[in-house]
Amino acid sequence: MRLDLSPMTRRRLAAFRANRRGFWSLIGFLVLFGVSLFAEFLANDRPLLVSYDGRLYAPVVADYPETTFGGDFPTPADYRDPYIAGKIAAHGWVVWPPVRFSYDTVNYDLGRPTPAPPSAVNWLGTDDQGRDVVARLIYGFRISVLFGLALTLSSSAIGVAAGAVQGYLGGKVDLIFQRFLEIWGGLPQLFILIIVTSMIVPGFWTLLIILLLFGWTTLIGVVRAEFLRARNFEYVRAARALGLSDVRIVVRHVLPNAMVATITFLPFVLSGAVVALTSLDFLGLGLPPGSPSLGDLLRQGKENLQAPWLGLSGFLVVAVLLSLLVFVGEAVRDAFDPRKTR
Amino acid sequence: MADILAVENLQKHFEYGGGLLRKPRLVRAVDGVSFSVREGETIGLVGESGCGKSTTGRLAMRLIDATAGSIRFAGADITRLGGRPLKTLRAQMQMIFQDPHSSLDPRMKVGDLIGEGLRLFPEIDAAARAGRIAEAMERVGLRPEHADRYPHEFSGGQRQRIGIARAIVMTPKLVVADEPVSALDVSIQAQVINLLERLRSDLGLSYLFISHDLGVVEHISDRIVVMYLGRVVEFADCRAIFRHPRHPYTKTLISAIPIPRFGVKRERIPLTGEVPSPLDPPSGCHFHPRCPFARERCRTETPPFRRLSDGHWIACHHPLED
Repeated sequence: MRLDLSPMTRRRLAAFRANRRGFWSLIGFLVLFGVSLFAEFLANDRPLLVSYDGRLYAPVVADYPETTFGGDFPTPADYRDPYIAGKIAAHGWVVWPPVRFSYDTVNYDLGRPTPAPPSAVNWLGTDDQGRDVVARLIYGFRISVLFGLALTLSSSAIGVAAGAVQGYLGGKVDLIFQRFLEIWGGLPQLFILIIVTSMIVPGFWTLLIILLLFGWTTLIGVVRAEFLRARNFEYVRAARALGLSDVRIVVRHVLPNAMVATITFLPFVLSGAVVALTSLDFLGLGLPPGSPSLGDLLRQGKENLQAPWLGLSGFLVVAVLLSLLVFVGEAVRDAFDPRKTR
Repeated sequence: MADILAVENLQKHFEYGGGLLRKPRLVRAVDGVSFSVREGETIGLVGESGCGKSTTGRLAMRLIDATAGSIRFAGADITRLGGRPLKTLRAQMQMIFQDPHSSLDPRMKVGDLIGEGLRLFPEIDAAARAGRIAEAMERVGLRPEHADRYPHEFSGGQRQRIGIARAIVMTPKLVVADEPVSALDVSIQAQVINLLERLRSDLGLSYLFISHDLGVVEHISDRIVVMYLGRVVEFADCRAIFRHPRHPYTKTLISAIPIPRFGVKRERIPLTGEVPSPLDPPSGCHFHPRCPFARERCRTETPPFRRLSDGHWIACHHPLED
């Protein structure tokens, strides 16, 4: 199938690609995100493949009892246990992921108090509970981006819908809704979050809903303004004169206009969502304890200034992630700039 | 001939300013307009900018709701029609817009633009739609194979043809043309006017032709409605309006048309003052502050819109002599 793009879209794509920094930032971000999606194959306390007595096992995707590998108990095998490792080495071979720790694997063989400095085993050291920093960074990156994407998509969907209704209907609906938004925006978000998290321990989804409660208003202003503008466009009037339904007019003629402004905002909304999650984790109000999170790593870095590898690696990953998103955002904004594409 | 469109005492008031506690001011954009369009006829609607011409056109199209008055289309009252019946009705009355650049969605291909209205009728399948699009494009002088192009690939005149094709593909009875040639070059204007005239006789259309260009209106119209500040001041045959205007405002308007012949000069009646703000229209006859013939009565009493002779309507206390 031939991709049927309008000339304007093609021009914008070309403009985006012409921005080298933004284009390569997008590639870089997609590669990092794509790689982190396969975190289980990069950093895990289970081998990728085990050959035992001529049979192949894939512990990374399935659970096998210890007895499979000559152990004594029908419990899930612990492949880091020297006893099991020795049995496997004697009866076959094993392929480990590059990092032999998952985000919650505690390295008990440090031989020194945690946090332990970087070594051949723990490339970036361990955190204050003996968990590998590299593994936690990979998983933390993934959860940050996934959380950011989920928050961005859901808040954009709600924001676009609400802004569309407000802008298209205008008049009294707009007036009342606008006052409501002003009151809503005046609520002290952080204090409410502290109160809520003190009552319930938030998980991924509850945290998403709490942040959504305040994040859904981000795009309303832009979308509303675009709709207010577009509903007086001559071609929208023309569509109305043709007798088209409001839904079709909005979807075909008005929404594409508003989407330009929305898409321009999306990378910035995404980076904002990542920052929100990271700062909540940093304050200890975010994901439940034990979750791999960049904010939690930064908090450990602050509390263990004698272990600079914690703060530095956490800072570096957050900085790279946010910089990439901002560069992408800038390129998108420039590509959609009507003064440049016309 | 039966009337295809008849509007009576049409009014549209807009609220202006005001807030939560302050009362908004009322702008009477259209203040008691009456005229009719016969089948196969072109009615020219003229007046200075801001006199309510376009609002009248949009009211007749039911794009906005009238504050008061009635609109009859092909004999049926459509003033309060809504929902499904209004949608089917819309197919029979179409509109051509002034600016051929902004009235076409830049994201849609020309064929899709022209055929969009047909999608309202599920009984017209894709093949039939394509056929009607091609036919409409041919009728307006566009090559049907250009249906896959985007509006920006066409010139202003061609774009206006696209707008006309979008209107006639619905096989309307009435077309409201809101300044359809004002945005075009003079050479292109003539082509589009000729096209509109040909389509009228080919398809049996009626036009409500809104324009401030009296030369164009004289050429295309059968009868003319002259508006001033939301009211109709004169409504008569094209010939009568141009040869024997009875309202002082009409006369000054016509005297302002330049005659493109060397040495020929028309006696101009210069208008003094500005068009008053529709927010605060003058008392009595709206035209009295600028009227060279105004008397005391014009200041206090609104002149009724009355029949002067057969087919010649006027709103003036002291009409000019023939």
